Amino acid sequence: MSSWAALLLKRHPLPWRTSAALILLLALSGCSGGVLDPQGPIGAANAKILLNALGIMLVIVVPTIIAILIFAWWFRASNPRARYRPDFVYSGAIEMVVWGIPILVIMFLGGVIWIGSHDLDPFKPISSPEKPVEVQVVSLDWKWLFIYPEQGVASVNELVVPAGVPVHFSLTSASVMNMFFVPQLGTMIATMNGMVTQLHLAADKPGEFYGQSAQYSGGGFSDMNFTVRAVPRDAFAQWVAGVRQSGSALDRSSYLALCQQSSNVRPFTYRAVDAGLFDAVVNQQLPPCPGPNIERAGATVRPRPER
Amino acid sequence: MFGKLTWDAIPWSQPIPLVAGSVVVLVVLAVLAWVVLKGYLPYLWREWITSVDHKRIGVMYTLLGLVMLLRGFIDAIMMRSQQAIAFRAAGYLPPEHYDQIFSAHGTIMIFFAAMPIIIGLMNFAVPLQLGVRDVAFPTLNSTSFWLTATGALLVNISLVIGEFARTGWLVYPPLSELPYSPGVGVDYYLWALLISGVGTLMTGINFVTTILKIRAPGMSYLRMTIFCWTALAANLLIVAAFPILTATLGMLALDRYLGFHFFTNDAGGNMMMFINLIWTWGHPEVYILVLPAFGIFSEVISTFSGKPLFNYRSMVAATMFICLVSYLVWMHHFFTMGAGADVNAFFGISTSIIAVGTGVKIYNWLFTMYGGRIRFTTPMLWSVGFLVTFTIGGMTGVLLAVPPADFLLHNSLFLVAHFHNVIIAGVIFAAFAGVTYWFPKAFGFKLDEGWGKAAFWLSLLGFYVVFVPLYVAGLLGMTRRLQHYDVAAWRPWVLVAGIGIIIMMAAAACQVVQFVVSIRRREQLRDETGDPWDGRSLEWATASPPPPFNFAVLPNVQGAEPYWGIKQRAIETQQLSAEPRYEPIEMPRNSPTGFITAFFSTLTGFALIWHIWWLVGLGLVAAYAVFVWFAWRDAVEYSIPAEEVARYDRERRRAREQWLAQHAGQPA
Repeated sequence: MSSWAALLLKRHPLPWRTSAALILLLALSGCSGGVLDPQGPIGAANAKILLNALGIMLVIVVPTIIAILIFAWWFRASNPRARYRPDFVYSGAIEMVVWGIPILVIMFLGGVIWIGSHDLDPFKPISSPEKPVEVQVVSLDWKWLFIYPEQGVASVNELVVPAGVPVHFSLTSASVMNMFFVPQLGTMIATMNGMVTQLHLAADKPGEFYGQSAQYSGGGFSDMNFTVRAVPRDAFAQWVAGVRQSGSALDRSSYLALCQQSSNVRPFTYRAVDAGLFDAVVNQQLPPCPGPNIERAGATVRPRPER
Repeated sequence: MFGKLTWDAIPWSQPIPLVAGSVVVLVVLAVLAWVVLKGYLPYLWREWITSVDHKRIGVMYTLLGLVMLLRGFIDAIMMRSQQAIAFRAAGYLPPEHYDQIFSAHGTIMIFFAAMPIIIGLMNFAVPLQLGVRDVAFPTLNSTSFWLTATGALLVNISLVIGEFARTGWLVYPPLSELPYSPGVGVDYYLWALLISGVGTLMTGINFVTTILKIRAPGMSYLRMTIFCWTALAANLLIVAAFPILTATLGMLALDRYLGFHFFTNDAGGNMMMFINLIWTWGHPEVYILVLPAFGIFSEVISTFSGKPLFNYRSMVAATMFICLVSYLVWMHHFFTMGAGADVNAFFGISTSIIAVGTGVKIYNWLFTMYGGRIRFTTPMLWSVGFLVTFTIGGMTGVLLAVPPADFLLHNSLFLVAHFHNVIIAGVIFAAFAGVTYWFPKAFGFKLDEGWGKAAFWLSLLGFYVVFVPLYVAGLLGMTRRLQHYDVAAWRPWVLVAGIGIIIMMAAAACQVVQFVVSIRRREQLRDETGDPWDGRSLEWATASPPPPFNFAVLPNVQGAEPYWGIKQRAIETQQLSAEPRYEPIEMPRNSPTGFITAFFSTLTGFALIWHIWWLVGLGLVAAYAVFVWFAWRDAVEYSIPAEEVARYDRERRRAREQWLAQHAGQPA
């Protein structure tokens, strides 16, 4: 289990939080890499709200389930000690409690929802002294294109970002809807043709994270995943410099070739990118790509070697 | 001549659908041959196919739903087994097949398993509980059923002729638009749902009218059972929501057939509009299914606790509260589509507010059991299993209603586990509880308790073994609809879920055995009195199975739980109420209108899918002609003579007198 959960426990030694965290600990013992093992501020905040909301609800759910089991067992017909009260059909006090408790819980939870939705709005920049790195994301059939407009380079199926620096994503799709999701970094967001969505994420430390599409998009969808490599700042500069040295350039015609369907594409990079390419995709100056079609070639399934 | 239809439409090269399809075709042909050879066909035609009796229609709906439940379950087995072996491997189902299976699984389970079972149970029980002879529009009711069957048939035809949609069960555009799904799969989906949607809408109109306008004398709104209340709420939702579905799918059909641009990428189309519209239908649909399920549990828990439902009025209020608020939550299905914080927060809060109504219901069931004398029959076991399991599912639902949490869990297996948690524990458990509860009323004998209990325990166990691991896999980041995957951390959980589906298979086998054993042992399981469970509402006041006219004389309702009151008076005075004066009863004539309309609708749907335009025209004209012919009919009703009514009722009274004699001197 990750360190932040331990931190959470230390900071809030409330019994219900302990129990919530314990249940999850049991369920997830020995596992990591999921949304409860966040590696960035957004993912950590999301996960914290998830656990808090779970804790709030467990406070009433656990006693309710226990009461269901106890009542059902005690009042079984074969129990001579249970008192049969067929006329116990109304109680104003109980009515007040059964409406009151859910309403109070939901009011509390409603506050969590309102504040959480605003704090963790995908549009909202991460407050940081660092200037965010700009990344433009285009979901293609069945691969991811990452354009670095400031650096003038691009990569496919591998996202390299500096650790500790916020990243501002602008996202669109070449054809059908997809969803950009790196479980350990947090918030996912849809990519749609002709539209731009915004997202701010950051990685705390250097590391490699699994990224995927979280929206089914046709036959090659299962292979539409990518690696996020968070690297130290200087390593990022070196990576950009290295990318500029090799590979081809991404212009409109090579984009149209790239956006033909293919799956299981090994990561590669472009040394240069046409400046207005992303906007041309969004404004549909570049028409929507032919999109997924299983009848065409390229959708065969090839298991990937171990990462 | 045959549009796009050629021999190539049959998947000769794909062994799995071909073999599965052939087996289904052979089984259907064998059953048909058996029916014809045994000479049952005239009986089936007269008594069932053309029947406008709400009880018969209810039974047929439920049977259709149970068969489709099995069909959807086979899809589930294939998906679970594919994922269990497709770790860094291709598995045995290629994507083009796997994608059809999960699309078909969702479509079949919601539209052709859950809906028919719920509508079937409403059809069977609501008029009986209201103390009336039939629904408001009996022939329309029959047409509704057969149009639903048309939809189910079209979806199943796609197994052998052509293909089904490979887009997920809600055919999100632009993937479902012509450029990206050029095959007939999406068309099968569209026409199956458009045709069966008409049937469902007619059911909604029929039941709203019945419950509002046709009730036994004295049956005021606050004397109706909670099942009738939930049926009213669900049918109000149908009337308001299904036109949205029809319009949305109609627009997609216009895009695909006539080159419109409602949801396309280009020419100003907007796929987000489809997603909003489909969920403005989709979320109320959840409550269309689960509200009647709540009603069934209310009946069962009250009956087997030997108590009236606790806080009845509060239950009614909670039902109508959910009915209303269910229209204000649809956007929680796509928090991650980039709406602003205010919008997300509004829909997050409105979604969790629904949990208040559900919470109230859970507590009222809890206090119904409190002070009760609980008999743990099979329906009651399903209900207690529901209470525990549904509480967990409700909690994970509220968790997903918190937008920042949903940003992590949307479209993950956590979401899949959540909605299976509420739909299986809510709707499917209710279906089995309801079927077991009302089976003796419909057929005159109870279902075998031993096999029923075995089915319950295996289902409950199987459910947890399948879906708890999926919750965990979702927390580990596993997204839904993966044909294969290569993240090692997901693997053990997917494998455990695969074991769970084997337990579920054993449960399904027990269900089937339960029916077979019960039919064979029907003489021992016979219900003579018409009241096998010591029931409280009016359906138990008539014989099992009820005569075509339900009640010899319409009951005069004098309070809530009318039949319980009648029984108490009988026990106090040690005699039945005085024999009424029997009069002849007018009942609607059977009519093949529904069946023939549905036959031509099937042709029309099939022709639209394959672009066989002459057949489209023929089918439409013929279906319309059937209606005209029906409207011109001379004889609307037939009369059941008073002597026959008396004969039915005296037999029932004799059984009740025997029961009374056996229970002489016993306190209530």
